[in-house]
Amino acid sequence: MGLTCESCSRGVLKKKFNLRCGEKFVIALAGNPNVGKSTVFNELTGLKQHTGNWPGKTVVNARGNYRYEDMEFVLMDLPGTYSLLASSVEEQVARDFICFGQPDVTIVVVDGTCLERNLNLVLQVMELTHNVVVCVNLIDEAERKGIFIDIKALEEELGVPVVGTIAREGVGLEELKRRVLNVALNIENLNPKKISYSKPVEDAIKGIEPEIDRILKGKLNSRWVALRLIDGDNTIVNSIYEHIYDKKTLEIEGEEVLVNA
Amino acid sequence: MHRQFLGKFNELVRISDLSSFTYGDSLRDSIVKDIYRAAEEVTKKVVTQKSQRKITFDKKIDDLLTSKIFGYPIMILLLGLVFWITITGANYPSQMLANLFFWLEGKLTYLFMVLGSPQWLHGILILGIYRTLAWVISVMLPPMAIFFPIFTLLEDLGYLPRVAFNLDRLFKKAGAHGKQSLTMSMGFGCNAAGIIACRIIESPREKLIAILTNNFVPCNGRFPTLIALATIFVGGLVASQYRSLAATLFVTLLVVFGIIVTLIVSWVLSKTILKGIPSSFTLELPPYRKPKIGRVIYTSLIDRTIFVLGRAIAVAVPAGLIIWILANITLGDKSILSHSAAFLDPFARMIGLDGFILMAFIIGLPANEIVVPIIIMSYMSKGAMLELESLLEMQRLFIDNGWTFLTALNVMLFSLFHFPCGTALWTIGKETGSLKWTMLSALIPTVIGIAVCFIVTQGARLLGLVF
Repeated sequence: MGLTCESCSRGVLKKKFNLRCGEKFVIALAGNPNVGKSTVFNELTGLKQHTGNWPGKTVVNARGNYRYEDMEFVLMDLPGTYSLLASSVEEQVARDFICFGQPDVTIVVVDGTCLERNLNLVLQVMELTHNVVVCVNLIDEAERKGIFIDIKALEEELGVPVVGTIAREGVGLEELKRRVLNVALNIENLNPKKISYSKPVEDAIKGIEPEIDRILKGKLNSRWVALRLIDGDNTIVNSIYEHIYDKKTLEIEGEEVLVNA
Repeated sequence: MHRQFLGKFNELVRISDLSSFTYGDSLRDSIVKDIYRAAEEVTKKVVTQKSQRKITFDKKIDDLLTSKIFGYPIMILLLGLVFWITITGANYPSQMLANLFFWLEGKLTYLFMVLGSPQWLHGILILGIYRTLAWVISVMLPPMAIFFPIFTLLEDLGYLPRVAFNLDRLFKKAGAHGKQSLTMSMGFGCNAAGIIACRIIESPREKLIAILTNNFVPCNGRFPTLIALATIFVGGLVASQYRSLAATLFVTLLVVFGIIVTLIVSWVLSKTILKGIPSSFTLELPPYRKPKIGRVIYTSLIDRTIFVLGRAIAVAVPAGLIIWILANITLGDKSILSHSAAFLDPFARMIGLDGFILMAFIIGLPANEIVVPIIIMSYMSKGAMLELESLLEMQRLFIDNGWTFLTALNVMLFSLFHFPCGTALWTIGKETGSLKWTMLSALIPTVIGIAVCFIVTQGARLLGLVF
């Protein structure tokens, strides 16, 4: 297969992170709790990870595979989080995976019935990686509540692919797979929206970003790391040590999907 | 090379320390505010809101389901309704399956005779293994096939978080985590699954409490036992048309009792070996969702029912074999089985059971669902060879072996409170990573079970109550 990690831009980096990716694309599945991540996961992989209508149902990181257009994808179902500010274990797990696992694409599943709150996470993920596909799930439920989302406009606003889905009925998942592939192959026109911060914050970023960039040599998004540091989040420094300097293997195997859990 | 890397890392640490020193927490709020503002801006541009009708409707339902007055009654009513549907619905198919299996048994026996196979082979295969299997399938499959889908339906609808919301206050008072009500609910399906679900509780102290008490709600391996015994012995007390209703009431009562014991034990643990203050958490009430009926039936039937049943069968086959062998090898004048039962008998009698019942619980350690089949096999191997075509036959067998209402009550209580099954224990060991907690998780319910049965039995005898 020609189009593998080797040919994508971060192929070399992946080797450094000891990520066992073989000839597959690694896709991370992020999102707030109870937005249907596991349902999307099941629909894409054909696995039957137990789903339930309550937040926090997914207690193990499930991993599954799917094929699309003759290419292999490894899908990691990350724990549901409201942000990536690493204030809980789940948030740190999700952040570290997106950060150091260097997935080819990160799908952020959002709940169409409360888009605004979900967008907080989308914007944060987009600060971390450009390769994002937003999956607006539960659009049927939203419509029943009288909420209509202009998917096209949202795509323009965010600058990354946006797909509307009703995962439980399999609606929109073909499109989702197509856009994920496009992003993995670098053929989507990505122009992720940047959050502009207040002047003191932007000034602080400017003060340390060049130096961080010099140290990390593009391994991580330096603006994002700068933000975390002025945010007073020290966990990122430890994570950088663990994953970049200690070269700790990132576990992307996940746990077996429990049939009965 | 490595030193050079480390040098760079130290630079990063320096920048980090400097930023912490310069800004502290001062910019954090501003950063978060800007993210929220950006999300709000985008939302305004792409979302149109037409009406609020559905939301207020959802809210009205929530107000009712989680209200201080109606919350608990509705919960218990729903629980009872689920049991009632399960008990009434399971009767007929159980009967049909049993008839089918015993018709087949006749044919198989005939086949053995035609082939001229030795008596012991027929004994092991048909009277030992096949009968146990037939019992497990005909008694367990129908209630599970009804209970699991209904339970999954409630979960899919979004009712479970409301249960958690209702029970949160009680669990807090017991010094435990509110999320424990969710892990407890999962325990109704399978205690091992409930124990794995305890991972959603972050605090190690509260997680341990949740793990140690998960076994107090009956799992699906134990429901058929409770349902069958309640139907025979409690339902038998009333006119036949109220049978299911009486059985339902009793099973519901037992489950509520289990929940009360869960709370009491949690409270005791949080005041003694697991001291601490309950941590607070925000539980979001998810919207009600129309369940996908097809998916619910598929996951609950294929994934859960077949899984639990498969496990029961896998355990029942060797257990049936062992029991048959124990019952048919004699030492002196009695079989090994009778010897062991006789040894356990004096103690078992004190808690209102008998030696065979207690041994069945011990042999049934790998899976709770085979406890009753083992009891039946032990009794049958004593001589009276009955074909268990119906619950009525089962009742006759039990009564012939000296069961009273009190015996049945104690078996149900002991089924509710005794050591977790092998799978659950193994899961506890894996989740806690400690032999001490695993042992304790077996010890606590067993001690409680013995105490409860002892008090009930001795109390009934003292008061001269004859059932």
